[in-house]
Amino acid sequence: MTAYPESSVRKTLADPKLQLAIYSSTGRLMNHRRAQVAPAALPDYQELRTQANLVKKHTIENLDHYLEQFEARVRAHGGAVVFCKDGNDVSDFVLKLAKERGARLLVKSKSMTTEEINFNERLERHGLEAVETDLGEYIIQLAHQRPYHIVAPALHMTRYDVAELFTEKLGVEKETVPEKQAMIARRTLRQKFLTADIGVTGANFLVADSGAVVLVENEGNARMSTTAPKIHIAVAGIEKLIPRAQDLVTFLKLLGRSATGQPLTVYTSFLAGPRRASEIDGPDEFYVLLLDNGRTRLLTDREKRQSLYCIRCGGCLNACPVYRKIGGHNYPWVYSGPIGAIITPQYHGVMHDPWLPFASSLCGACGEVCPVKIDIPKLLLDLRSEITKAKAREGKGRIEKLSFRMWAWLMRHPKLYEMAGSMGAGIFGDGERKGWVKRVPGPMNVGPLKAWMSQREFPAPAPKSFRQLWRERRRTNGA
Amino acid sequence: MPLRVSLFVTCIVDQLFPDVGMAMADVLERAGCKVDFPEAQTCCGQPAFNSGYHEETRQVARHFLDVFRDAEYIVVPSGSCTSMVTHHYADLFHKEPGRLEQTRRVASRMYEFTQFLLEVAKVEDVGARLDSVATFHDSCHALRELKIKDGPRRLLSRVRGLTLREMDPPEECCGFGGTFSVKFPDISGGMARTKIDAILRTGADTVIGLDSSCLMQIQGAMRHEGHSIRAMHLAEVLASR
Amino acid sequence: MERDVILHKVRTALGRSAGQEPTLPPPARVVIPEAAAEDRVKSFCAALEALAGTALQASSKEEARDYVASLVAGKTAVASNAPFLAECGVTGLAEVRSGINGREELRELCATADFGITSAEYALADTGTLVMLSSPQEARMVSLLPPVHIALLRRERILTGLDELLSLIPLPAEQTSSMVLITGPSRTADIEQILIRGVHGPGQIHVILV
Repeated sequence: MTAYPESSVRKTLADPKLQLAIYSSTGRLMNHRRAQVAPAALPDYQELRTQANLVKKHTIENLDHYLEQFEARVRAHGGAVVFCKDGNDVSDFVLKLAKERGARLLVKSKSMTTEEINFNERLERHGLEAVETDLGEYIIQLAHQRPYHIVAPALHMTRYDVAELFTEKLGVEKETVPEKQAMIARRTLRQKFLTADIGVTGANFLVADSGAVVLVENEGNARMSTTAPKIHIAVAGIEKLIPRAQDLVTFLKLLGRSATGQPLTVYTSFLAGPRRASEIDGPDEFYVLLLDNGRTRLLTDREKRQSLYCIRCGGCLNACPVYRKIGGHNYPWVYSGPIGAIITPQYHGVMHDPWLPFASSLCGACGEVCPVKIDIPKLLLDLRSEITKAKAREGKGRIEKLSFRMWAWLMRHPKLYEMAGSMGAGIFGDGERKGWVKRVPGPMNVGPLKAWMSQREFPAPAPKSFRQLWRERRRTNGA
Repeated sequence: MPLRVSLFVTCIVDQLFPDVGMAMADVLERAGCKVDFPEAQTCCGQPAFNSGYHEETRQVARHFLDVFRDAEYIVVPSGSCTSMVTHHYADLFHKEPGRLEQTRRVASRMYEFTQFLLEVAKVEDVGARLDSVATFHDSCHALRELKIKDGPRRLLSRVRGLTLREMDPPEECCGFGGTFSVKFPDISGGMARTKIDAILRTGADTVIGLDSSCLMQIQGAMRHEGHSIRAMHLAEVLASR
Repeated sequence: MERDVILHKVRTALGRSAGQEPTLPPPARVVIPEAAAEDRVKSFCAALEALAGTALQASSKEEARDYVASLVAGKTAVASNAPFLAECGVTGLAEVRSGINGREELRELCATADFGITSAEYALADTGTLVMLSSPQEARMVSLLPPVHIALLRRERILTGLDELLSLIPLPAEQTSSMVLITGPSRTADIEQILIRGVHGPGQIHVILV
């Protein structure tokens, strides 16, 4: 079980450079998105969202059918599908295949799913080199860090951080110009691409009627990873399925725009099996590893299974005022932001990080931008209810529960509620001018009041409540 | 026939910002409404709901529904309290058909203050005057659940002497979020400061909003930072002469 | 077998049984706009140029060839086996190696060439996109490894957008193992959100519409 990382959050909040990096990067992504989903740019944006939601709903509700269809099509094109219970199954398969083929070097394109199962670490323990090729992922791999954002893994790092990192880990001379840093990465990674035995990717979409893996990127590293090496392995959660290639019309229009404000990313690859006999290049072997890792459990909840519609655009992170303050590393799992807040409790149990669904002001910005219309705010509320119930079962949170019980009782007894209100007003002294309180006396400076006062002044209860004023006014008006 | 309006002032206005309630009553009467105040009212239940205590919320919600059973129109100086009833009560009572029906009836008559003025009373100019350079804060529930965006701006455009400047970026949460503000005070405070930065950039002397909870957060944080900008509820602006 | 365990879990969670027909899917949403050929060309060029690509409208194959010649002069280029390239006379240029069918040989050439020259199956007008289908005529790496990509295609091949593409090719997997949509030069913004081109795909792209 984790506790709310208060001191780490404070550090993040107190770091002006980091705050600026997070706020401006997410702000820029939001502005790009807003421009590309505006009515002038995409007049049918809302219809596309509705369509995406309906297609995902249908797919998830018939997931077994589409899994089987997908598998049949992959095999028909000469590929293979492997169902994996968890990260162990995935790494076992890859290690076994690597051993059989004498493979030692893997190149990877960006995949949150592989982060989820600590894929690289597992392989490295067995002597296989798995090199991240997406520039942001490459940087954080060198730094031994987790991705900071679903779409922009190195969002928190400056060019100076990158310069130090490259010098330390690659032995190159200190270089602080980003364009030159990118060229260093390009040179280093090109060698890896051309000599790698296996290319490992995730999948943005799995297309059931085609047995295809769809990869969406801007750099070309996914193309490189799936063209140069002789073996392509795609690791994807079972929820990545969509029924038809034609559904890509809807999803591709939403993904790029929601993530980075691009109508289409630079490269969209639709890969259906190993190369055909007559084709000149492409992998000789093609495997899709379909990962459960708890997804089948999420499926059992009719209301919350909509969390599986997620297409990992990162839009909710960019819109979330909490993410934009605390950044990706203060979340307990690899998935951060609002989507992380609703799926982490579902994968790890609501009592694993019981603070997480409460770390939201419920502003609703996430639900507003979600391209597949996941009702994130509602799911946060549902999870909060589940957590209070779980706490009660475990005998925790008694004081809070009791407070709300008493509060509810008071709210059902208007006269007593009024009396309580007058008492509150009385504490701040007779005849004191209605105002704001800068400091509260020591004994009172506890709990919620102390928390409030640490950041703000508190309004003193009004000397006369509304209902008192109303009665007086009615008496005056002779009502 | 004058519209018969029952005020639901909300617990926060009742106890901390009663002038907002009085201002709203004034404006409604000026607009020709007959205004009453059901005295048995207390709270909509939102604090318990947001903290995950659905059973306790239901207890308070049942009381609310009983208090406003016979109301013709219920007008509220808050977006979040309105949407609590119109958007969330139904979920709470999905197992109680009687209460569900009551919810539908009550919710259909419940309006946030600016919504009522524009859509029911059909009034845009209430004869208000306030000499001020102001900016408007879009409260999250009002904006995203009740879809309130243009209405308040139309009303403010008729206030004599008022210059309205928009915040950039717009539509950012002030950081209140109910118990969030005291469970995660550092984050809440950080969000308030971002909001204050946006307000400062407009050069406004007043920030106007339609939720006292947001205004409490914003004003409290502004005072803490030593800024002299005042936060006013839109009802108070419209009641100004 | 893990496969059966997972499928069983899925079915149990959904209340479905093995072999049960799926419910009716919502129809795929495909909406093809009307656009005259000239507008498609204009739109394609504008979209590509907005991404720092270069679009050239050639009024003849010779003009196309000459443009390519001026680009590759004194440098090295690899061309795919697309017949259209030979038709335009591009494969005849001194700097251009083509007609390669062996994977290893092609890779070596692409890894060192300055230019990769291809045709394209289609182009998409609204986004400035090239649609590349892998085939004996079009290998994948020609448009990927060299730092500059040149593509030649007939303007009639320009479609309005994705909707039209996927209604013409509803099942790309029947034709090819790889369909790649290329929209502008390779780019990244992973360092401080600064836009950098040419990591790892071609940093420059020229499309010649004949």
